[in-house]
Amino acid sequence: MSDETSDRRTGLRSTLASVGSERGRFAIGNLLSTNTETTGMTANSGSEAAETTAAERTTDVGADSGAEMSAADRPLGSPQVDNAIIESRDLDVFYGDTQALQGINMDIPEKQVTALIGPSGCGKSTFLRSINRMNDLIDVARVEGELHFHGKNIYDEDVDPVALRRKIGMVFQKPNPFPKSIFDNVAYGLRVQGKDDDIEEQVYTALERAALLDEVEDQLDESGLDLSGGQQQRLCIARAIATDPEVILMDEPASALDPVATSKIEDLVEELAQEYTVAIVTHNMQQAARISDKTAVFLTGGNLVEFDDTNRIFENPESDRVEDYITGKFG
Amino acid sequence: MSTDTDGEFDFGGSAIERKRLYGKVFLGLCVSAAMVGIVALIALLADVIYESWGWLTWEFLTYPPSQVADHFVPENYGDLDTGPAGMYPAIVGSIYLIVLTAIFTLFLGVGAAIYLEEYAPDTRLTRFIEANITNLAGVPSIVYGLLGLAMFVRALQTGASLIAGALTLTLLILPIVIVSSQESLRAVPDSMRQASYGTGATKWQTIRNVVLPEAVPGIMTGIILSLSRAIGETAPILMVGAAVSMFTPPDLTSPTGAFSAMPMMIFEWASQPDAAFQHIAAAGIVVLLTILLLMNAAAVLIRNKYDRRA
Repeated sequence: MSDETSDRRTGLRSTLASVGSERGRFAIGNLLSTNTETTGMTANSGSEAAETTAAERTTDVGADSGAEMSAADRPLGSPQVDNAIIESRDLDVFYGDTQALQGINMDIPEKQVTALIGPSGCGKSTFLRSINRMNDLIDVARVEGELHFHGKNIYDEDVDPVALRRKIGMVFQKPNPFPKSIFDNVAYGLRVQGKDDDIEEQVYTALERAALLDEVEDQLDESGLDLSGGQQQRLCIARAIATDPEVILMDEPASALDPVATSKIEDLVEELAQEYTVAIVTHNMQQAARISDKTAVFLTGGNLVEFDDTNRIFENPESDRVEDYITGKFG
Repeated sequence: MSTDTDGEFDFGGSAIERKRLYGKVFLGLCVSAAMVGIVALIALLADVIYESWGWLTWEFLTYPPSQVADHFVPENYGDLDTGPAGMYPAIVGSIYLIVLTAIFTLFLGVGAAIYLEEYAPDTRLTRFIEANITNLAGVPSIVYGLLGLAMFVRALQTGASLIAGALTLTLLILPIVIVSSQESLRAVPDSMRQASYGTGATKWQTIRNVVLPEAVPGIMTGIILSLSRAIGETAPILMVGAAVSMFTPPDLTSPTGAFSAMPMMIFEWASQPDAAFQHIAAAGIVVLLTILLLMNAAAVLIRNKYDRRA
């Protein structure tokens, strides 16, 4: 895409945005379905198509769901969604004097996969960890702004981070099973949360849903550390879903795994999105394109640059920098 | 660098040879430094075992001591009205002493370490406390003995008792136990803690279910090694007034009763003029060293048994 076109589009977008926000939710649905086609044409037919896309965008912007989003730090794309379960509003995170996130505004839709991509050190993991307040564990971390879960700001004083983490589970970059048996690993969350009625059944269900049961059924008493890396990661996923949270955060869950194990995790993520909301940080652009419904692109300095439907981000991003990043020109 | 070496390679390298020689000399120095300690230890052990040979009998372990050297001689056992002499009360006293010390140390040392490592905020005060704990590890044991005498024996009116001795030894090894426990806690990977918090565990649940089980082998090793230092300490129990001629083992039901301990007994025998007592002292040393080695072996076994990350 030429710089000229993109400049013009940005210009159009801001002009149209200022015109006002009509409530056009139902219309968007229709427009979105033809979106891929329109976007596909863009590259060929030049400015005419670009105008159309921009017009759609504007209607999209109008689709306010819950909390207000300030205009200043609003990323490109359509950062607000109808069925948001998590809404980040002007979220800043500081580590000591360093600001790791700058005014993040975006939504995470319910029962979909939202991918967070961007180069190293761009703040995507920090954002993920601020969703279940894991940053609280770091002494020097400080959060400003708001992050709503079901409309409630989780940084309000009356929110207990432990209760929050029981609703928002997490899977980490490196598989980190406890040095306990496979059964006890999965049962851990159930036990600490006092959900230990029919613990056996719940453990089996979780292992089944994590696509691990067939492989480990005969060795539930053996240490979780004896499993392969991919199995360990699925064990960690089983541990996270055993307590039936609403949201599962995944911090590069496949980055330490081989391609076969990675594809199993990817299948699993898509599967999980039928019942859970999944937010996944990944370095792997193809992975984000394959498994996610929405994609947020963070670029250097903790800025969220663009948030939109995954196919739009990958086929026709608004920002040149995002396009350069996705096509591998930098990052 | 010379410019006319095209196509030639100097294999002679007398400079390299000389550097190699330095290396060999250095190696020799290091080896001899390592040997001094080992040779001294072996010589000491050999001497003690040689001295005690023939004096170390089962009766020596099971009978109370005597002022008369002849009572310790195995050939005389049958002819004595008093029965054979040995160090039974001191052995039992030392074991009681170490068990009590272990209990006190476990709670105080591990508790302090958990607080400092898991709970205490990283403030200047915390760092000050930590620095001073490290410094306390270097305080001479006789100073702890004086502290025990003033604090427990006098101020708390415990008398020259097992309790006073055990508390004094606890103070002595506490800094070492705290520091080694802190290191074990610090060695628990953060990813384990995060995994636990991530599943909705509270801080206490995380410490109880994840951090402590992981750290226990290291903590136990540290405690046992410290206890094996404590069991051989003479100065502190000398100061709190361990008895030298106890003819019965200390009574656990009277916490202010008198007690004796092995190092005290050995110290007493070694200062006797009668030459026979040198052999008796040697026999006592062998018993003490055996118990020490058993404790250290237990520490190694525990570490190997629970070290699952190897």
